[in-house]
Amino acid sequence: MSISLNGVVGRGDFERVLKFSVSDGEVLAITGPNGSGKSTVIHTLAGLIPMRSGQLMADDITWDSSTSNTWVEPEHRTCAVVFQDLRLFPHMNVLANVAYGLRARGMHKDEAEQRSQKMLERVGLKSFEMRRPNNISGGERQRVALARALVLEPRVLLLDEPLSAVDTASRSGLRELLPELLSGFAGATILVTHDQKDVEALATATFGL
Amino acid sequence: MKQRTSPSLKVLAGIAAAFIALPLLSILVRTPWSDLGNMLSQKSTRDALSISLQTSIIAALISCAFGVPLAWLLARSQSRGLSALRVICITPMVLPPVVGGIALLTAFGRQGLVGRFLYDWFDVSLPFTRTAVVMAQVFVAMPFLVLAVEASFRQSDKGLEEAARTMGASPSRVFFTVALPAARPAIMAGLALAWARSLGEFGASITFAGSFPGRTQTLPMAVYELVSVDYRLSLVLSLVLILISVGVLAAMRDRWMVGR
Repeated sequence: MSISLNGVVGRGDFERVLKFSVSDGEVLAITGPNGSGKSTVIHTLAGLIPMRSGQLMADDITWDSSTSNTWVEPEHRTCAVVFQDLRLFPHMNVLANVAYGLRARGMHKDEAEQRSQKMLERVGLKSFEMRRPNNISGGERQRVALARALVLEPRVLLLDEPLSAVDTASRSGLRELLPELLSGFAGATILVTHDQKDVEALATATFGL
Repeated sequence: MKQRTSPSLKVLAGIAAAFIALPLLSILVRTPWSDLGNMLSQKSTRDALSISLQTSIIAALISCAFGVPLAWLLARSQSRGLSALRVICITPMVLPPVVGGIALLTAFGRQGLVGRFLYDWFDVSLPFTRTAVVMAQVFVAMPFLVLAVEASFRQSDKGLEEAARTMGASPSRVFFTVALPAARPAIMAGLALAWARSLGEFGASITFAGSFPGRTQTLPMAVYELVSVDYRLSLVLSLVLILISVGVLAAMRDRWMVGR
């Protein structure tokens, strides 16, 4: 799949004219200092904020267009988000967090849990299924958030500062894990970061805000 | 430094506390404890108690079933006129209950705006029935639940709801799997509040449903009617109501207020 955005993205007082596209297998890093609207771009792509003008296309499907008044709801966009603040559900255990999206898309409970277990194994959280997000470390939470997005096998993966919520110790472990996970991911990836090391380790292309 | 309170403030606070505690204690002192079992087993007492429990529990559940969606709408909808709707919905909280009873009669009485059609078309007459007791209780109690739950929905983390949407959940699925569990403590507290308020309801119920022993007479109505006839029995029934109220407060404190 190829995602292309051409138009004006904004939230509140912030507004920015943007044009970029990214295809399967590519990792586009959107860089910029804090406050440059990086999260706004992710939220726009995910369908949580409408574009001010212009259009957002996924292959030949329009997700958001001000001219033709087209709008695809977030639950119908084939993308998955790892939010900067993770947003794990505190009232569900790790397994239920990861299986949530599969269940929401109509998968049977047993199969959803089986796939989630496999994904948790891949991110190194095999015995964490029954733990609550509040009872695991920051690095472990970050892994849950990654598993929760990747288990959906999205066409587009949106990573918002995927290493910012973790301490330096677990960051190095994640820096090894992320490229490994992304190399096994067939879709397009958009990575938002202010850290040049992330860009070097992961990106195939960059776009500065 | 140890905080010191001025003696005059202590005296005023003491008077306030005593003013509330003394009447409650007086009931305990004056209750005919030796006759208690006998009085509680009287048919009229048992009837009033069972009608009160039955109607107040049903009223609390109805308030919850309809009040929670209303709270959600008030907390999240951006349509105009919503503040007017909120004012209307919480009016019963400040309205004299007897006025609420009159209002219910005007709407659902046999000559009422809606009641007329219910009677003409379906031969249904609501006033002075046990259903009317429940309706009066819902009218008075539901706003308490709505306010408690709305505040919780307002404060809840919208980021979690957004995350659920991006994972493929429809708005209604988000409501049931993310928003509702987060509001659970508030819903429980609202339920307890609505139940306690229903149990104590008097003005609206006696106006709209009347005080017919065995049919619509609840505990508060029985207390009121017994004051001049059998004072000792009215004391016993008051004691029952006090114990239930204190029980609700204790339960809310232990289960739902801790850790918030």
